[in-house]
Amino acid sequence: MTAASAFLQYVISGATVGSTYGLAALGFTVIFNTTEIINFAQGEFVMLGGILAVFALQWGGIPLPVAVPLAVLGVTAIGVLVDRLTIRPVRGRSPITLIIITIGVSILLRGGAMLLFGKDTFSLPSFSPGGPIHLGGATLLPQSLWVGVITLLTVLAMKFFFERTLSGKAMLACACDRKAASLMGIHVDSMVTLSFAFSALVGALGGVILAPITLTSYDVGILLGLKGFAACILGGLGNPFGAVVGGVILGILESLGAGLISSGYKDAVAFVILLGLLFLRPQGLLGASSSERV
Amino acid sequence: MPGSGNPAPFDGTGARTRFRPGAHITGLLAFAAGMGLLPFALPNEYYLTVLIVAGFYSILVIGLNLLMGYAGQVSLGHAAFYGISAYTTGILTGTYHWPVPAGIAAGLLLVTGVAYLIGVPTLKLRGHYLAMGTLGFGIIVFIVFNEATSVTGGPSGFSGIPKLSVGGKVFSSDREYYYVVWGTVFLLFALAQNLVRSRMGRALRAIHTSETAAAVLGVDTGRYKTFVFVLSAFYAAVAGALYAHYVTFVSPGSFGFHTSVLLVTMVVLGGMASLWGAVLGALFLTFLPEALRAIENLDILIYGAILILCMMYLPGGLVEGALKGWEALLSLTRRGRGAAADGGGVAR
Amino acid sequence: MRRTVIACGFALAVFVAAAGALAAEPIRIGAIFSVTGPASFLGEPERNTVKMLEEDINQSGGVLGRPVEIIVYDDETDATKALTAFDRLIKKDKVVAVVGPSISGSTLAIVPKVEEAKIPLVSCSAAKKIVDPVKKWVFKTPQSDELAVRKIYQHAKKAGIRKIAIITASDAYGAAGREELKALAPGFGIAVVADEVFGPKDTDMTAQLTKIKGTDAQAIVCWGTNPGPAVIARNRVQLGIGTPLYMSHGVASPKFIELAGAANAEGILLPAGRLISEPQVPAGQPQKKILAAYIKEYETKFKQPVSTFGGYAYDAIMLVVQAMKNGKSADPAAIRDALERIKGYNATTGEFNFSEKDHNGLTEEAFVMVRITKGDWEMLK
Repeated sequence: MTAASAFLQYVISGATVGSTYGLAALGFTVIFNTTEIINFAQGEFVMLGGILAVFALQWGGIPLPVAVPLAVLGVTAIGVLVDRLTIRPVRGRSPITLIIITIGVSILLRGGAMLLFGKDTFSLPSFSPGGPIHLGGATLLPQSLWVGVITLLTVLAMKFFFERTLSGKAMLACACDRKAASLMGIHVDSMVTLSFAFSALVGALGGVILAPITLTSYDVGILLGLKGFAACILGGLGNPFGAVVGGVILGILESLGAGLISSGYKDAVAFVILLGLLFLRPQGLLGASSSERV
Repeated sequence: MPGSGNPAPFDGTGARTRFRPGAHITGLLAFAAGMGLLPFALPNEYYLTVLIVAGFYSILVIGLNLLMGYAGQVSLGHAAFYGISAYTTGILTGTYHWPVPAGIAAGLLLVTGVAYLIGVPTLKLRGHYLAMGTLGFGIIVFIVFNEATSVTGGPSGFSGIPKLSVGGKVFSSDREYYYVVWGTVFLLFALAQNLVRSRMGRALRAIHTSETAAAVLGVDTGRYKTFVFVLSAFYAAVAGALYAHYVTFVSPGSFGFHTSVLLVTMVVLGGMASLWGAVLGALFLTFLPEALRAIENLDILIYGAILILCMMYLPGGLVEGALKGWEALLSLTRRGRGAAADGGGVAR
Repeated sequence: MRRTVIACGFALAVFVAAAGALAAEPIRIGAIFSVTGPASFLGEPERNTVKMLEEDINQSGGVLGRPVEIIVYDDETDATKALTAFDRLIKKDKVVAVVGPSISGSTLAIVPKVEEAKIPLVSCSAAKKIVDPVKKWVFKTPQSDELAVRKIYQHAKKAGIRKIAIITASDAYGAAGREELKALAPGFGIAVVADEVFGPKDTDMTAQLTKIKGTDAQAIVCWGTNPGPAVIARNRVQLGIGTPLYMSHGVASPKFIELAGAANAEGILLPAGRLISEPQVPAGQPQKKILAAYIKEYETKFKQPVSTFGGYAYDAIMLVVQAMKNGKSADPAAIRDALERIKGYNATTGEFNFSEKDHNGLTEEAFVMVRITKGDWEMLK
């Protein structure tokens, strides 16, 4: 295998995994934009997407094309529940309170998944049959194409939503200034719930499209969520497009790191980048220079 | 009540006038006496081990409580400091045969230095940045413990660490170690209490309530936050050193994300901004798995539930719950006696 | 009236005597398994097995006339919890012997305490370090990674393979395997041309496999336990790599084939105990009877296929029980001595022959080379 095709291979694998980081990052961004909360449970939404799809398929005997949307909808409902039960009652409290609550939610969701579904690893069939596609010495799975297409569609849909629809603009208004938005007649609480719903939906989507490639289990949420956050920061916190781009870039960097430097420290790549960004450029690559410094 | 605003950070620090001024010293002495006599009341040696482990956690949680409760910052990677200290002293004394006190000192210094390096840039940013930054840091440290096999022993861990020995005296029995650990807890608790009641403590509370206001009033917020962060890391390092020379074995699994979450849970459960709460939280959550052996599997679920429920309904943790319960009891008896006023105005 | 009183008195006496016998102090054996956590696929069958055995043993009258009580603690795949569990077993439960832990990391963590406490330990984890150098009170049932590596290299050498690439998990099991793979290769005339590592919970190893694809390795040896090796099996097919793939005995369970997908697992070679390919074990083979019996009972009771790992626990308990019977004593020191003298004991893992210098008691004979064919285990001659 030539160096060029090896490089291409790393980029392809990295971009595939990176898309899920990007979708997770998108979820972080949507909630942050509306509420200024960092939802630590975002990674669990990603995990639940994959796991619920597996169980709809295996236990419910539901065919894949139905199981997947069903799982995504299920996680969306969970997202709404999380907002209603744990976030709405404590709105206006200090950031540390909210951070801890979302951590608690994250643990609860993971623990719940562990008890209901067990500690095993599960696999989901690919969305379409077919062997690997060969491309300039590298190989590409059909599922990777699904990943790319779905991610792109999601980003376009989000862009349309935020820029063209009233609800989307209302959500952005909440992020800018909650009180002003409320004064303008926007029902802020509903917008918050909506943001959680979207975030869960997008996260679950990321989980379910990746599960056929990387398998899933109850504890994949922690790392996925964290790397999603790193991607978010990379792309600039608050920028949905940047979040997805950040995710793909992070995935590629991680893959290159594993391939060219050392495979053992692969996970560390994302976190070193995260820390580096926090220290040197917290606004990320595409974000505005608006992170607060005290 | 939910939604009733930020938890008052002053509960339980002795700044209230409900208790007499010297109360905190009597409290401390009673605590020391109680813990000192406890070993003689235990049914078997096993509980000594549990109490020693609870001691490690107490030290960790007191430090973390200073950071979370008083300075209002979250650290989600505190187990990393615990681990770095344990590994450093373990490797220096185990592989390189340094004398134990030197190994411990090196571990403490290293952790302090690393905490300073991490703290300075991240504490300039907002709350959740520190949370995520410390989380990322914790994971990097965990990965290094796992990967640097030639130095750390990798995932299998590192054994053969010598027991604690100071100037020729080796602390090998559980009972001796119990006193060493809880003596340290006592010292560090008194130190923390002193800090909280000092000028720095007041500055910290100001920062917690409103960072901007504190800055306007001339408080050097950056410096104070960094100081508390480094101090809390130092506490974690002390616990790590004690751990290494008791268990004589370290492995990455004990210093990962799960442990960091457990520490945060202990702080929240005991009561943020309450040093007694810190010890209470540590003791409670160390003994809980023992008591609930039957539902061991559920521990992760229980931590999550505790975090959510406490933050929503009982932000002051067990300490607040205990105090409220005490007040409820008092008001019941007051009503019973038909007295018009309780003893002395209660300023909150 | 008098006859009634005497009859009652007699009945009472019998009753008291019987109650006394029934209330005979049970023999307590401790067990530490990773029932939860990443290694739960090891600990759960182990726990199931020992509970099943506890019932069996007590139903057939116990040991030395006393019932047996097996106390199982979960170390949650955490070495420190294993230490606490061990402490609890000897200080609170006062057991006479301990079986487990499931993973090498936990076992190595408790070894110093075992030696200090002078209680025999029969470990269910594989690292060679556990019994090499021999420690007085520590024994183990799984075949050593060293034996597995030898078996693989023997097979590879016969197939004319001189260059291999290794890809190992970064956990204790994988790390131990990696050590053995590198140490023993020169002795078989094999050169290791690539040395890749993956995290035990990683979900994408294409980067590592891409690097291996770029070398001239004639075979790949993967050392880890689920789910990593399953991902590697899939990635290998995905990348179109045709190089033969060897796995370790850590994947000798149906779960591996399920996770990887039968198509991706086709043709993979690994050393395994005879438990999983029991149907193909010839009738005269010394282990056949015990294998068949264990499989039948376990699968009926728990409604899931046996795993090699449950077998390790089965052997550990049976060895302790045998040692007690041989030495006619439930005293820890006596059990230890009797264990060391066991010879020719056929169990699910192999034939155990312990000695003062050998606390594992197995040879390569405990392994057979197996090829995964059409989603099932095919024993190679």
